[in-house]
Amino acid sequence: MSETYDIIVVGGGPAGLAAGIYGSRSRLKTVILQKGTPGGQAATTAELENYPGFPRGTTGPELMKAMREHAESFGTEILKEEAIDLDLDGEIKVVQTKSGKEYKGKIVILAPGAAPRTLNIKGEKELRGKGVSYCATCDADFFEELDVVVVGNGDAAIEEAIYLTKFAETVTIIVIHDQGTLDCNKVSAEKAFANPKIKWVWNSVLEEIKGDGIVESVLIKNIKTNEIAELETNGVFFFVGTVPKTDFLKGKALLNEQGYILTNERMETSLPGVYAAGDARDKYLRQVITAAGDGAVAAFAAEKYLAEEESFTEQVLKADKPVLVAFWAPQVEESIAIIAELEKIADKLGDAVKLVKIDTYRNERVAKRYQIEKMPSVLFFSRGKAAAKISGSFNEETILSHLKALNQPE
Amino acid sequence: MIEVDKKTFEEEVLKAEGLVVVDFWSPKCEPCKELAPQVAELAEKYQDKAKFCMLDTASNRRLAISQKVLGLPTIGFYKDGEKVAELTKDVAVEDIEAKLNELA
Repeated sequence: MSETYDIIVVGGGPAGLAAGIYGSRSRLKTVILQKGTPGGQAATTAELENYPGFPRGTTGPELMKAMREHAESFGTEILKEEAIDLDLDGEIKVVQTKSGKEYKGKIVILAPGAAPRTLNIKGEKELRGKGVSYCATCDADFFEELDVVVVGNGDAAIEEAIYLTKFAETVTIIVIHDQGTLDCNKVSAEKAFANPKIKWVWNSVLEEIKGDGIVESVLIKNIKTNEIAELETNGVFFFVGTVPKTDFLKGKALLNEQGYILTNERMETSLPGVYAAGDARDKYLRQVITAAGDGAVAAFAAEKYLAEEESFTEQVLKADKPVLVAFWAPQVEESIAIIAELEKIADKLGDAVKLVKIDTYRNERVAKRYQIEKMPSVLFFSRGKAAAKISGSFNEETILSHLKALNQPE
Repeated sequence: MIEVDKKTFEEEVLKAEGLVVVDFWSPKCEPCKELAPQVAELAEKYQDKAKFCMLDTASNRRLAISQKVLGLPTIGFYKDGEKVAELTKDVAVEDIEAKLNELA
C-alpha cells in the first residue's frame, strides 16, 4: 500500500469520472474510490434529455457506463471502496476506506455527490421499500396497473413522473404551488400537462403515508384551506431535492451550513491540494453536465498544482545553494524593475546563488504559503527553508548581507 | 445462488427448512446490480449456514408484492418458510452479513 497516487478521486459519479478522464489523460496516476458501481445519481435517472450530444435523449445508466469506460480507457483505476476517513492536511493525503485499506495521494478530489432528501413525514420511513421510493428506475415496474403519488415539482419530479406513467395506471403529482406553476423546465412541464395519466393536486403537501405493511393511502393537506383529504394509492415517490453526502467530511473540509463543500471557481477547497466537484459542492446548478464540468476543472487545476509544486521543490527546496525567490506581478511596475536588478546581482554572484522568479499573478499559492502580501518581495532560501524575507525596495547591499548571513554555518 | 421465480419460490423458500436469504432485484435497479456480486460472495462464504436465492421482481411482480416487497433492493430472510427479517433500501453487504450472523 506504499504506492502514492497523483490523484485520488472520492466518488464515481459524473464529476468523479470526468476528473478521472482529465487526470489520466494528463498521465497522472488517478484512482477513483467508489462504494458501488460508478454512476452516482445519474445511474438511477431514467431519461436524460438535456445532456449535450444526445438529441434523442439517452438513459442515465447508459451514459454513465460510457463515462466509466471512457475513464478506464485512459487508465483510471476504479476501485470498489468506500471512503470513511480522510487526512487531508499533509502534503501526502491519506484516505481510509471501510474495507480497512489506506490510499495515499498528492491530490484529493472530493466528488461524493448527493442523495435524495427525505421529508420525515409520518409513515415515510416505516414504509420505505413498501411503496415509498426515491428511485423511479429501481421501483417503477412494481406499479404496473397501480396508482402512485409523486411529491415534488422540480426537473427530477416531473421527468420521473412522466417515466412512471409508462408503468402506473395513474400518477398523481402533489404540488405546493398554485395551479399551473411548476419549478421544472418548460419542455417537461408541457409534456406532463399533456400526459393523460398524470393528475395534479395543487397548493398541497403530503401530510402522512398510511398502510399496514405496504402503502395503502396518503393524507394530502391543502395549504390554502388546511383541508386534509385521503387518497388511496399504492406508491409514493419523493423527488424533493437532495442533500450532500458530506457527513464524512465534517471537520475536514470547509462546508457551508447545508453541508455543501465550499470551493472557488477552480474547485479548490480551503485545503491545498484538495478539490471538490459535483453535486456535493456549493453551486448554482446541479446537473450531469455541470458535475462533469466541475470534474474537468478540478483535475485540470490539480495538474497545474502538481506541476507548480514539483517545480518549486526541484528548483528551490532541493537546491544545493542559497536561492533568492523573487515574487513579482506583471501589473506592479516596481516589481518588474526589481527583477531586472536582481538578475544583475545574481549574474555578478555567479554560481554562489540561484535566482527563481515567481509570477504571483499565475502562481498565487506559493506566495500565499509564504505570506507574501507585498510585491515585490524576496525570500532567501537555504537548505530547503525560508530564512529571510524582504518586501518593497532594497539595494544590493541588503541582498548581499542577507546572503552572507545565510552562508554562516548553523 | 439459486434463481427462483413464481413457480419455484414456494418449494425453494417457503417450504425450505432452515435459513433462506432472498435477494429481490430487477434488471433496471442499479443499486441491486451493485449489491449482487457482494451477495454472491456471502452466499459462498455462508453456504453451510444459509441458502441464497435471487428473485427477479420484474417478471414476478405479484409474488414480490405478496411478500410485501415494493421497493428495491430488498433482502428477505426466511426461517423454516417464515419471513423473519428484511433489509430494504441503502442495503450494505455488511448489514446483510450482520443480520445473517444474528439469525444463523
